Amino acid sequence: MKKRNLIGRICADGYLGLVLAIMYLPIFLIIVFSFSGSSRFSFDSGFTLESYKQLFDPDLNAGLISALKNTAILALSASVISTILGAFSTIGIFALGRKLKKITLTVNQLPMINSEVVMAVSLMVFFAAFSFIFPQGMTRLIISHVAFCTPYVVLSILPRLQRMDPNMYEAALDLGANPFSAMIKVVFPYIMPGIVSGFAMAFTLSLDDFIITQFNKGDTGIETLSTYIYEDARVKSLEPFWFAVFSIFFVVMFTFLLVMNIKKTQKEAKK
Amino acid sequence: MNKKFKFRLTRRAFAYPYMIFLLLFVVVPLVIILINAFLDDNSKFTFANFAEFFTDAGGGLTVLGNSLIIGLVTTVICLAIGYPCAYFLAKYHASNRVFVLMFILPMWVNFLIRTLSTKAIFMAMDVDLGMGTVLFGMVYNYLPYMILPLHTTLVSIDHSYIEAAEDLGADKLNVFLKTVLPLSVPGIVSGITMTFIPAISTFAISEILSSSKIFLFGDAINMHFSKTTNSFGVGSVMSLVMLVLVIVANVIVNLTSKDEEVSSVL
Repeated sequence: MKKRNLIGRICADGYLGLVLAIMYLPIFLIIVFSFSGSSRFSFDSGFTLESYKQLFDPDLNAGLISALKNTAILALSASVISTILGAFSTIGIFALGRKLKKITLTVNQLPMINSEVVMAVSLMVFFAAFSFIFPQGMTRLIISHVAFCTPYVVLSILPRLQRMDPNMYEAALDLGANPFSAMIKVVFPYIMPGIVSGFAMAFTLSLDDFIITQFNKGDTGIETLSTYIYEDARVKSLEPFWFAVFSIFFVVMFTFLLVMNIKKTQKEAKK
Repeated sequence: MNKKFKFRLTRRAFAYPYMIFLLLFVVVPLVIILINAFLDDNSKFTFANFAEFFTDAGGGLTVLGNSLIIGLVTTVICLAIGYPCAYFLAKYHASNRVFVLMFILPMWVNFLIRTLSTKAIFMAMDVDLGMGTVLFGMVYNYLPYMILPLHTTLVSIDHSYIEAAEDLGADKLNVFLKTVLPLSVPGIVSGITMTFIPAISTFAISEILSSSKIFLFGDAINMHFSKTTNSFGVGSVMSLVMLVLVIVANVIVNLTSKDEEVSSVL
């Protein structure tokens, strides 16, 4: 019996390893051949840092740098705005009457469940109809990103608020705090973990977004990283330059996410 | 009493700005799409857009059919690969967070980067870009979205159910078929929607991995709203069709899982 369990375990691990290998193979190949200086997946000219040198070529990197700048501005402002909006409104939503609460939460779910293309075109048509209020460019992008990020912030704060003992708030009021300072000093610290994870989620969602940005960037020439990759690398084939950029992205993203999660695990283990 | 009423009123007020925001930027845009679906080029009321789509005059219905098939195949493959993954992870590696995370991580790397990387590899291997490569790209892209909800559900299954089944004499196969599988249905359903809906409505993946040979519903909506085509009416009808599919999928999800939410690993 024990031996059979062992065999099962080995088969399971083999299967998991295989899936993982296929998942990571393309990424691995891109990183390896970013050192070949060509986009033909062969080391014709041996090991070279040519692709990485191109990163410093101002002719090649101008578009990338401006795209990175736009992406950072957009992701930061959208996530900060949606976190603030989300935090206050979750407290408000929680205090709403049953019916109104249900309606608000249902509408709040719409951007999350809706297909991205539909959300993107609906915003595009909306902005076009009211173009005198919403000028093309960053304003539209920030509004549309806030619109699809805030629901996630709300849903990451709501469970914590539901678990909170309502007496805590009442106690603060009894001890002489006014509703506003009771909220800042009692409610906010309690829901802080929800706010932080909501912010992280909003930031990554905005950073990663392609479809909604693509439809709402207009013709002001604003490109984010996603739309720039789409416009540039899709038309031409993948140039060595992009191999270097992608490799750096993979390494930075994976290290960041892994370190974050290992830290989180350690923290939980300590508790 | 008076004081309590006042404080409720103040706290509620925090919800109002967001309610207005949702109304403006979520509800109104969808209403505009709905109105657009009934307007012709001169903004006159018409059913022509619906007629054009549902009689397949512009090939929209065919595209929808193809997308549904590709979405279905993608989802089935994802489920077939993903369920054993999630199951083994929950069974043997539930405590190893980092290992579990490895299966979800690709989700957070921009999908264009991943899709273009796979395309470059296919081209270097001289693989013809077409249905096969599109399906690979779809599965590659959506597998983490299938594994995540499945894993969340499987990990949360109370182990005493499994022990009870074993004590009552069920063999391994029966424990799985009659205990684990039924208990994981909410995860299966939300995994299916998390792959199926994006798979039929995505654009760019099929475009990149088939060199624009295979055209999906998302690409079609994109095309109708682009400046060169400018046929917003038919595009709006297609968006409405998509919206109906989304709502149907979510009603099914809500029916199967009572109040459970799929929480993100991150």
